[in-house]
Amino acid sequence: MKTYYNPDDLKKFGKIGEFQKEMADKFFGYYGEVFKEGALTEREKSLIALAVSHAIQCPYCIDSYSVDSLEKGCNEEEMMEAVHVAAAVRGGATLVHGVQMMNKVKEVSM
Amino acid sequence: MSIGTKSLKKQNHELSNIDKQLQVLHNGVADQNLESFSSKLKASNLFPLTTTGLDVFQINMGKMCNQVCSHCHVDAGPDRKEIMTKETLQQCLDAIKKSGINTVDLTGGAPEMNPHFRWFVEEAYKLGCKTIVRCNLTIIVANKKYFDLPEFYKENEVEIVSSLPHYSSKKTDSQRGDGVFDRSIRALKMLNEVGYGMEGSGLTLNLVYNPSGAFLPPAQAGLEKQFKRQLKKDFEIEFNSLFAITNIPISRYLDYLVASENFEGYMEKLVNAYNPIAAKGVMCRNTISVGWDGYLYDCDFNQMLELKVAVGNKDLQHVKDFNSIALLERKIIVNEHCYGCTAGAGSSCGGEIT
Ligand code: SF4
Ligand code: SF4
Repeated sequence: MKTYYNPDDLKKFGKIGEFQKEMADKFFGYYGEVFKEGALTEREKSLIALAVSHAIQCPYCIDSYSVDSLEKGCNEEEMMEAVHVAAAVRGGATLVHGVQMMNKVKEVSM
Repeated sequence: MSIGTKSLKKQNHELSNIDKQLQVLHNGVADQNLESFSSKLKASNLFPLTTTGLDVFQINMGKMCNQVCSHCHVDAGPDRKEIMTKETLQQCLDAIKKSGINTVDLTGGAPEMNPHFRWFVEEAYKLGCKTIVRCNLTIIVANKKYFDLPEFYKENEVEIVSSLPHYSSKKTDSQRGDGVFDRSIRALKMLNEVGYGMEGSGLTLNLVYNPSGAFLPPAQAGLEKQFKRQLKKDFEIEFNSLFAITNIPISRYLDYLVASENFEGYMEKLVNAYNPIAAKGVMCRNTISVGWDGYLYDCDFNQMLELKVAVGNKDLQHVKDFNSIALLERKIIVNEHCYGCTAGAGSSCGGEIT
């Protein structure tokens, strides 16, 4: 069956350099650097990545960072809390626009 | 993972057949066009894999166990009756004496279920050996005849290495069985009470983490901090070091991987994570492993795959004719399961290699 998303395509991510090597190399170099232990631990970064994956709803990222979080020693509760953080911020982002709606309504109403 | 109550052998499971396991392992690598382990070793200038010493004498005292963990590479359980006899244990003592190896590592099954366990530990102590017992914790609280094990270990200055896959009950029980976490915590408290894991006591209690699923272990140092913090906070438990171990794709863990359709992905992950530095330090290079029937192997995993040590003369494959020179000169038998020892930071009975 043909689908837009294919789990096997994730393995081919590294091959994007085939069409533009220099930028791909820079991207992967940067990517690797970002996820290294720094002021934040690798574990914390993995949970952030998991939350972001849900916010941007990328199935590749969700698969990757679900396993990566486990491999950084996170448990299910911690992972679900990270997803809730994403959901809360997304929900809040929708709701806070309610203020704009209210402003507009007040502007055009008697 | 779900927990069965019978060993693969008792179920007559097709993966209790060693040839079948080796075939599945081979296909898992070849069918995905992945490089074989031996060819990776060649590229790292490590083939054939040779020994670096004979430092650890590991004895599998039998396959009997009070647990039936879903990842068990021994396929151990209450229904396994293979137990090392006193005669073979005596041959082990003779070999230890003759070879001068002074680290003895006792595993199983639950080694404590071997009726000659205490006698053996005392004899090894008299020889001046440092003895490590791979204790599954729950055995200590399984029956009152085991309640004094912490005292016994202490008297013989045994080092304890115990599995605790997670500091949460859910993850531990999913791998080791319902209620295992609570019983393990009780046993850890008993060990702490006699001084194990406590600063200044000189009594070592190390824990082992292994993943509850088809993924690789986290970095050991960070995980150890997390375990220490959580176990202290929730249960006032202390321990010395945490060993992060990779699950080797054989026996019941192999069954789990195949049944959950994770096998190919896991093999690919292991192959891609191959680390030549870890390969250089694999534990088989300085360990010898003795099976319940006295035969010698490069490691406990090769033992479960019935790959006996490659020494020319068949007699020398048994502990009764233990010959250090022949064993030091042997070539270690490798196969695709070895990728489990060389992934990432590497994995051995003492945790990370690199
Ligand atoms: S993993 Fe250890 S405790 Fe669990 S069944 Fe196997 S030998 Fe027993
Ligand atoms: S599985 Fe055994 S023989 Fe293979 S690398 Fe690991 S310790 Fe050595």
